[in-house]
Amino acid sequence: MPEKIIADKTAKDSFSSSSAKQKILAFSSLIILLIVFSFASPNFFQSNNLIAIMLATAVNGVLAIGVTFIIITGGIDLSVGTMMTFTAVMAAQFVANWHMPVMVGVLVAILAGMLCGFLSGVMVAKLKIPPFIATLGMMMLTKGLSLIIAQSKPIYFTESPTFALIAMGSIFSFIESFKIPNAVLIFFALAIVASIILNKTIFGRYTFAIGSNEEAVRLSGVNTDRWKIAVYAFSGAICGIAGIIIASRLNSAQPALGPGYELDAIAAVVIGGTSLSGGEGTILGTVIGAFIMSVLTNGLRILSVPQEWQIVVTGVIIIFAVYVDMLRRKRSK
Amino acid sequence: MAEPLISVRNLNKSFPGVHALKDVHFDLYPGEVHTLVGENGAGKSTLMKVLAGVYQKDSGEILINGKPVEIPNPRAAQRLGISIIHQELNLMNHLTAAQNIFIGREPKKYLGLFLDEKQLNSKTRELFSLLKIDFDPRVKIGELTIAKQQMAEIVKALSFNAKILIMDEPTAALNEIEIEELFGIIRHLRSQGVGIIYISHRMDELFQISDRITVMRDGQYIDTLKVSETNLDHVISLMVGRKIYESAPQIDLAVNRPVVLKVSGLNQGKTLKNVSFEARKGEILGFAGLMGAGRTETARAVFGADPIDSGEILVNGKKVTIRHPSDAVRHGIGYLSEDRKRYGLAVGMDIETNIALASMQSFTNFGGFINTKATQKAGSDMIQKLSIRTPSLSQKAKYLSGGNQQKVVVAKWLIRNCDILFFDEPTRGIDVGAKQEIYKLLNELAEAGKTIIMISSELPEILRMSHRIVVMCEGRVTGELLASEATQEKIMKLATQRESMVKTAQ
Repeated sequence: MPEKIIADKTAKDSFSSSSAKQKILAFSSLIILLIVFSFASPNFFQSNNLIAIMLATAVNGVLAIGVTFIIITGGIDLSVGTMMTFTAVMAAQFVANWHMPVMVGVLVAILAGMLCGFLSGVMVAKLKIPPFIATLGMMMLTKGLSLIIAQSKPIYFTESPTFALIAMGSIFSFIESFKIPNAVLIFFALAIVASIILNKTIFGRYTFAIGSNEEAVRLSGVNTDRWKIAVYAFSGAICGIAGIIIASRLNSAQPALGPGYELDAIAAVVIGGTSLSGGEGTILGTVIGAFIMSVLTNGLRILSVPQEWQIVVTGVIIIFAVYVDMLRRKRSK
Repeated sequence: MAEPLISVRNLNKSFPGVHALKDVHFDLYPGEVHTLVGENGAGKSTLMKVLAGVYQKDSGEILINGKPVEIPNPRAAQRLGISIIHQELNLMNHLTAAQNIFIGREPKKYLGLFLDEKQLNSKTRELFSLLKIDFDPRVKIGELTIAKQQMAEIVKALSFNAKILIMDEPTAALNEIEIEELFGIIRHLRSQGVGIIYISHRMDELFQISDRITVMRDGQYIDTLKVSETNLDHVISLMVGRKIYESAPQIDLAVNRPVVLKVSGLNQGKTLKNVSFEARKGEILGFAGLMGAGRTETARAVFGADPIDSGEILVNGKKVTIRHPSDAVRHGIGYLSEDRKRYGLAVGMDIETNIALASMQSFTNFGGFINTKATQKAGSDMIQKLSIRTPSLSQKAKYLSGGNQQKVVVAKWLIRNCDILFFDEPTRGIDVGAKQEIYKLLNELAEAGKTIIMISSELPEILRMSHRIVVMCEGRVTGELLASEATQEKIMKLATQRESMVKTAQ
């Protein structure tokens, strides 16, 4: 008997160390990328460029945080990009066209995202439509609605200059050398809150549990359908936040924007070590994943690598990251 | 006797086309282990699912402590103090043991917004200490052995203050020592007045653990017997309700039979150490040992499924190199996994396809087209030869009974002209009647000149079927016994002969 207990302990230790290894691996790849680009180009490690990287990470990072929750439940969401655009268009409709206060626009965007997410969740949990198909439908639906509402033209926030400040202003602007845009601060704050929700609350616990073994959770008397819907609605609300950030950054709602963002978000989640089969994942990993993608894009651009090749390199990185993750999983077994 | 905890009266349940339960009776008293036996399809699981609120009864009465009750869903069953531990454990592998046990009832703090992990773990520790279970509740459940996972399930069941515990084949995946531990827990619960309904296909266990046995057959209640007043043969005859195939124990084979497979000095990391054995034509060679002794690993290594560090394999006296299962198959070696559904069958495909699957090349015309006439003929030949019970060749494998599925896997290898067949736990999860048919099949294959290597954790099965028995422990072969000299005690002694003990003895 004592022999067995020791065996269990070592199993646990090797497991936690291997999961820590993965985080260190992702983090050190990020550091290596930063170092390599810094040596390759003197323009890379400049505060302006670093802020540009963070700003570029903010939108994808926020979307990826929402998608992390969905992927941990074992689902997938293809609609986050167009859903984000839809919430931006809704905010623009209220603020720019109907002259409502900026605050109303923010609330409308978050509620619109929540509603779309809620509908995806109902389709997945109640109608039992596979998440891939349900959110594919939601992607087309929100894309079409965005174009209809905006009449296929961008809506500009010319009359409400405060809207642009949401993302591009800086609450630290009084410190001259530390003008980090609010968009980046929102992203970081959201990451911290999301991480606490995922690890310390019942919502997070059921997110993991459903991804691990949904039937077991259901048989334990938990209303899994309701929690699944909640996860999709939560992710939708986060799309609303991303919608506000991007509309504020562009000072307009661009109805044709959106497709492609969902795949970038999924890529960031996967690079960050969250398993597509559900049950495990971290917000920190996702944040690092999002940074790896934007550092790569930014660095390659500074080195004048053609944009087409940037995409190729990103593709290779994603495949490599998932392969490394699978190796790790195999070994930890 | 005291009042029964649970009484089932005239219970009926039908599914489209099947009358699954017909006027079934059942009583469970406090502090009793009441075992339910019957072949697959006898209605045991259906009855248990009705009690656990998974299915609804059509008619009849369920009384708990003398009062009639309705059990519309699993939650209601929990509230009535009924907990069920399913054969396939329902656990969330990514969560810890404590998190699994309290899923849906997590203690909270800070206005209920946050989880109280500390209290969760200490509550679990309390429950563990009540049952004298000793492992860290913070370990991820997926990292634990099946035996420990099962204990966590039992703790979960009891944390609902269950007075009635239903266990569906709890020992199917446990080794002898783990089974003893489980029985210890069951006896402890019994002494606390918990009533336990126990389902098992392992007949040798019934008499160890039960107080009473209820036999079911074809959805009908047959009889309830006191363990002290009955015997195994009687129970089996009630279960199958017909004469079953009885094979006499094997006699020693003549030593001059040709050696078909000779394995020597097989090494593989820490799992296999210098494993050597021989198997003769027409012989059933039993592989006995505790779980983790390296029996399956030996079979997989010989079959080329896992790489080896060193070792020699001779087939019909010629040295062969086996790096991949396809090499093994070319040399006439087949391996039948213990997990038929996962490794042996394409369960969603029909019998004909499954039988032809390993030898598709020989059924393919020039141009890559499948000669369906040939596969049909091969399929129907095999159905006859092995008497596979199925309505047609196009029946999907998943709708066959466990025994018939096993036969389809055998057919697959026979078509491939395999003369050496490894059977890994051939009767796991198969009921008594079908077991006899598998035994008959093994004997017939051996008589036809095939070499059978049978891995089994059930000693009675090993003793009855093998001409010769190889015993393993911790990756080493610790002994070899002839059918005429083998006994349970001798096998167990060899199976527990640990390396450290050997060293100190020397």
